[in-house]
Order: sequence, then structure tokens, then C-alpha cells
Amino acid sequence: MSGAASGRATGLMAWWEAIRRDRKATIGFVLLAGFVLLGLVGPWLVGDPDAMVGVPLQPPSWAHWLGTTGQGQDVLAQTVVGTRVSLLIGFGVGLAVVAIGSLLGVTAGYFGGRVDGVLSMLINVFLVLPGLPLAIVIAAYLPAGPLTVAFVLVITGWAWNARVLRSQTLMLRQRDFIAASVVSGESHLRIITREMLPNMTSLLLAQVIGGTIYAIGAQVGLEFLGLGDVSAVTWGTNLYWATNDSALLTGAWWTFVPTGLCVALVGFGLVMLNSGFDEVTNPRLQQERAWRAFLLGAGVPVSRSTPVAIAHE
Amino acid sequence: MSDPASDHEPVLSVRGLCVDYVTGTGPVRAVDHVSFDLARGEVLGIAGESGSGKSTVAQAILRILPPPAVITGGQALLEGEDLFRMSEAELRAVRWRRLAMVFQSAMDALNPVLTIREQIEDTLEAHRPAGTPRNPGRAAELLALVGIAADRLDSYPHQLSGGMRQRVGIAIALALEPAVVVLDEPTTALDVIVEGEILQKILELRRRFGFSVVFITHDLTRMMQICDRVAIFYSGRMVEIAPAAELRAHPRHPYTQGLLRAFPSVHGPEGELASIPGAPPSLKSPPPGCRFHPRCDQVIDRCRTEEPALVQLGARRAAACHLVTAAAAAVSASATPATADV
Repeated sequence: MSGAASGRATGLMAWWEAIRRDRKATIGFVLLAGFVLLGLVGPWLVGDPDAMVGVPLQPPSWAHWLGTTGQGQDVLAQTVVGTRVSLLIGFGVGLAVVAIGSLLGVTAGYFGGRVDGVLSMLINVFLVLPGLPLAIVIAAYLPAGPLTVAFVLVITGWAWNARVLRSQTLMLRQRDFIAASVVSGESHLRIITREMLPNMTSLLLAQVIGGTIYAIGAQVGLEFLGLGDVSAVTWGTNLYWATNDSALLTGAWWTFVPTGLCVALVGFGLVMLNSGFDEVTNPRLQQERAWRAFLLGAGVPVSRSTPVAIAHE
Repeated sequence: MSDPASDHEPVLSVRGLCVDYVTGTGPVRAVDHVSFDLARGEVLGIAGESGSGKSTVAQAILRILPPPAVITGGQALLEGEDLFRMSEAELRAVRWRRLAMVFQSAMDALNPVLTIREQIEDTLEAHRPAGTPRNPGRAAELLALVGIAADRLDSYPHQLSGGMRQRVGIAIALALEPAVVVLDEPTTALDVIVEGEILQKILELRRRFGFSVVFITHDLTRMMQICDRVAIFYSGRMVEIAPAAELRAHPRHPYTQGLLRAFPSVHGPEGELASIPGAPPSLKSPPPGCRFHPRCDQVIDRCRTEEPALVQLGARRAAACHLVTAAAAAVSASATPATADV
């Protein structure tokens, strides 16, 4: 992307352009930006989430927009305050699994031989460990808290990324342009960072997004099971307390629906955003977009065979 | 070279073909109003520089140009049926059965994990009409056609040389006895000896089966050797089309003349080699008038403003140049064929 094609926006502007042009990406960006903003400033806008502010298990009202929990806490405050930790862990774990995965996976694929043998063995060991059960076991032994949850998720999550990136590296390693940079005397580090990683950008981004969705889901799952710090306010503990207070039995839907909706919307936003990222990192998709628009304008369906759009001349 | 072209209607007739590549800043015309006829059994050569649109024409006829290409005008009549009006299913029936293609990288078009036999039989099987029996000997027959012994049938592609693989590609193209075979620089990746063998083989098969060939290359010398007629492309347009011998002896368009001067002659007298100055124009903003005028050594005022039309010069010859048009008008009164260089 550093090769500035004439008239094409580069760097951050290119990303912004691609997000703006793609309706799905715009939706995803707006959703995510909203949640990030909520996580940043939300805690100052709502009251203390732990304070018992009203009668327990009250449905939504003007005083408490999303009702109250079984402990008489404000659900809105709990949901908003939970956003910060949940998103932090989500993005943190998403980035960390890809960072570790790419470091080990690309190293294994690039150097091959004994290095690959040792690292592949390590990757395979972590792959065959059942993820969620292991997470539960580790979480049960470590001191409860959001950082423990994040640690557990990174330990059980990185191997998948390493596996995929290793095979991607093996494939790129065979390409002529890598052979050319070896011949021209580039260092290993430069070949990996300047020649190989840019070719994996869309894959890396998809992995960060996939990792984040996994982390948010798994974190909520672990905390829901009581394996997190139940006194912290996160989306997972919100759900834990909702079941603990028999929300389903008492029909108190407002204690779990807001949090569940937030988890779903963040995941939805991330997936939507990914489609826009795909386009920036894959220039061919941009060209296809212009092509599709042209055919739409000509009233000709997109076809596998070269389409014929003959205007009256 | 014999002249197999008869007065029958052409097997393939391309009329006013236009192809655009859609870019972020609007469509760019890569092929502009190209028309030619291909007679039954004829070998038509298409020559031009890189980017002149010669491969685009071939792929447009088969409708296999990938996005962002769009066919924006014209007709391509294969035995009277317009390929540009066909549905996906109709195209499927036409491709390979009546209109086949050998790619520049046909040798890479073979699947490395299947034997040659399996790949030839796959093609036969895919197009076998329901109810007709399989012909297990056909694969060996086809290999024999391209001069490969039947004991190579169970070889994998990596066990064959590049030339053999390319010949397998040709055998697969001929498997269904198509009426037209498009050869898109089929020998560019091969050495001169193998190239010669393969082209001779194609000519020989053409004589046996009577299919027509569209042969695309940038090797003008080779083209003159094997083609009945040659079309010269420049910047997305056809500037001249003529029987190969006439084109070599009396090129009419200044671009053709320049091209021929740039190639050494193997048999003829040793002449001075000259290159054409300049570079082909950008298709995004082609020069007004004749697209060749900025590089033309015989340019007149009219060339700068007015686009020359393709003018028919006799039954099988045409050129798009104001000088040629003027000369043709001058001699038409005396009704003698123009032979002198313009």
C-alpha cells in the first residue's frame, strides 16, 4: 500500500475511504465507534453500577431506563460500565493472539527445518488441547479477575492463528518475489516484515477481528460460568448475576437482554467492518467494485462469462 | 502456403467489437470497433505490440475476459450465431465443442495430480452427448495427433517436457474437433525449435481437419510463415489486414511498414533495421485523429484531426490510413491495383 498509485488515497485516508464507500463497513464502523466511545466516556455518564439504587428486579421505567437487577442495581449503569473491560479484553486478546500467532507461525514457516519442527510441535500441542475446558480449568486455579481471563484466552487461542500463518508463509516462501529479495541480499527481518507480512494484511486483519469476536464471546462465557471476578462489572458478570438472581425464572428479561444485545452488536459490527478492510488490502476487489457499478448502470447482470453491455450507438 | 479460403460464408465473423476495461475513473476502451472475417480453414494471424488489444479480442470472442472487462459493442458470429447474445448455458455448449483455445500457458493449465489420460478424458466426458458410448481409444488418438506416444498417457504433467505439455494442451483443444481454434501466443514460453515443431503440427492438423485458426503473437516473422492472412493491431484498433504474402511485400499502413522494417528477414536481402520511434499511446487518453500519427513518419494534417476509417482494398485486404484512402481513390479511376508503396 505504500506504492502510492496516482490519484489514489494512501495510508489512513485509504482506509477511511474504503470504509466510507462500503455500506457494510460503514455500519460496522459506526457501531464499533459507538461502543468504543461508550467504553471511554460511559462510566462518567452513568452512576455507580454497584450502588443499590432501587427496589430489586424492577422493569424499565423513567427512573431506571433498563430496570434494576436482583440486587437493586441500575442495569443501564452496569451495562455501560461493563463495556470498557469487555472491549479492552476483547481487542487486547484479539491483537495478542495474532501477534503471538504471527511471530511463531511466520518464524516456523520462514526458517523451516528444525525451527519449524520445534515450533510446529508446540503449535500442535496447543491445538489439540481442548480450548474452553482448558480455559475453565486454568481460570479456576488462577486468581479471578479480567486479566486472568485475558491470559487464559490468549494461551488457548493463539495456536490457530499460528497454524494458518505458518502455511501462508510456506506458500509465500515459494514465490519468485521472495526468491528475488533473498538474491538481492535483504535481511531475514526485512523479508518477513516488508515482503511477507504486507501480503498477509487481509488475513492478519481478519484474524484480529475473528480473535476479538472469539475473545469477547469466550470471556463472557467464562465469567457467566463464574470463573471471572464476580465483583467486577463486565458483560460476563452481568449475565452471571442475572442467572444467579433467577432472571429467567422470574421473567426479568431486562437484566440480561441489554448485555446480550451489546455482545451481539459488537460482534456484528466487527464482521461488517471486515468486509471493508478486505477491499483496502485487496486492490483487485476495488476494481471489481467499479466493474459491478458499471454493469448495474448499464442494466446488465453480473455474469461469469464476460458480460455484454451494448449501448445503442 | 496454400490458400484454403473459399468463397463460403465465414466461419467466424467479428463485427464492430468494442471492449472496455472499467476502472475507478471510468471505462477505458481497450478494443475499438474491430471487424474481421475468418474463412473456413483459414489461419488468421493477429499481431501487435503489448497492450494493442490482440489477446483481448481473442478472449472477448470466447467471453472469457475476467473482470473488469465488459464487451460494449459489436457482434461475434460463429457460423451465424452471435456469441454475444448467448446465455451461460449456450456458451458452455459452444466453448470447446466449436470454439477452442490454446493459452500461452497451456502447459500450466494441466492439473499436476491427474494423469494426461484423465485430463483428456475429462474434457471428452464433459462434452459427450447423452446416450453416446465412451470411446476409450480417443485419448491415445489425440496424443498421436500431436506426436506424443501413447505410452505417455499415464504420465503426470511434471514427467513431460514443456513442449510436450503444450502439445497436450493443443490435443485437448482439438479433442472435440472445433470449427475454430484460437491460439493465444501458444509457443511464447518455448524455444524456437519446439515452437517450429508445434506450429508445423498445427498447420498439418488444420489441413487434416479443416478447422480455422486465429493465431495471436508478437513474432511477426513466425506469423508471416504460417498465416494465410495477418491483421495488424495498434492501440486497440485494427490498422491493416491483408494476405500474409501481400502484407510482407507491400505493407500499406505506415505502422505495418515500420513493424516490418524492425524485423530482420531470414530469406530476403539484408536491409537496414529501423525501430519505430516513441511508444504506444495511453488508452486512457488516446491522441485525436489517427492514433498512430504522433509516431508516423508520413503524417499529414488530416491525420491529426480525423480518424481514418478501415478502407477495403480488394476482397481480402483493408487498411485504416488517410494516405491509403487517398491513394485508393486516385487509382480506382484507372482500376489498376495499387502496388507502389504510398
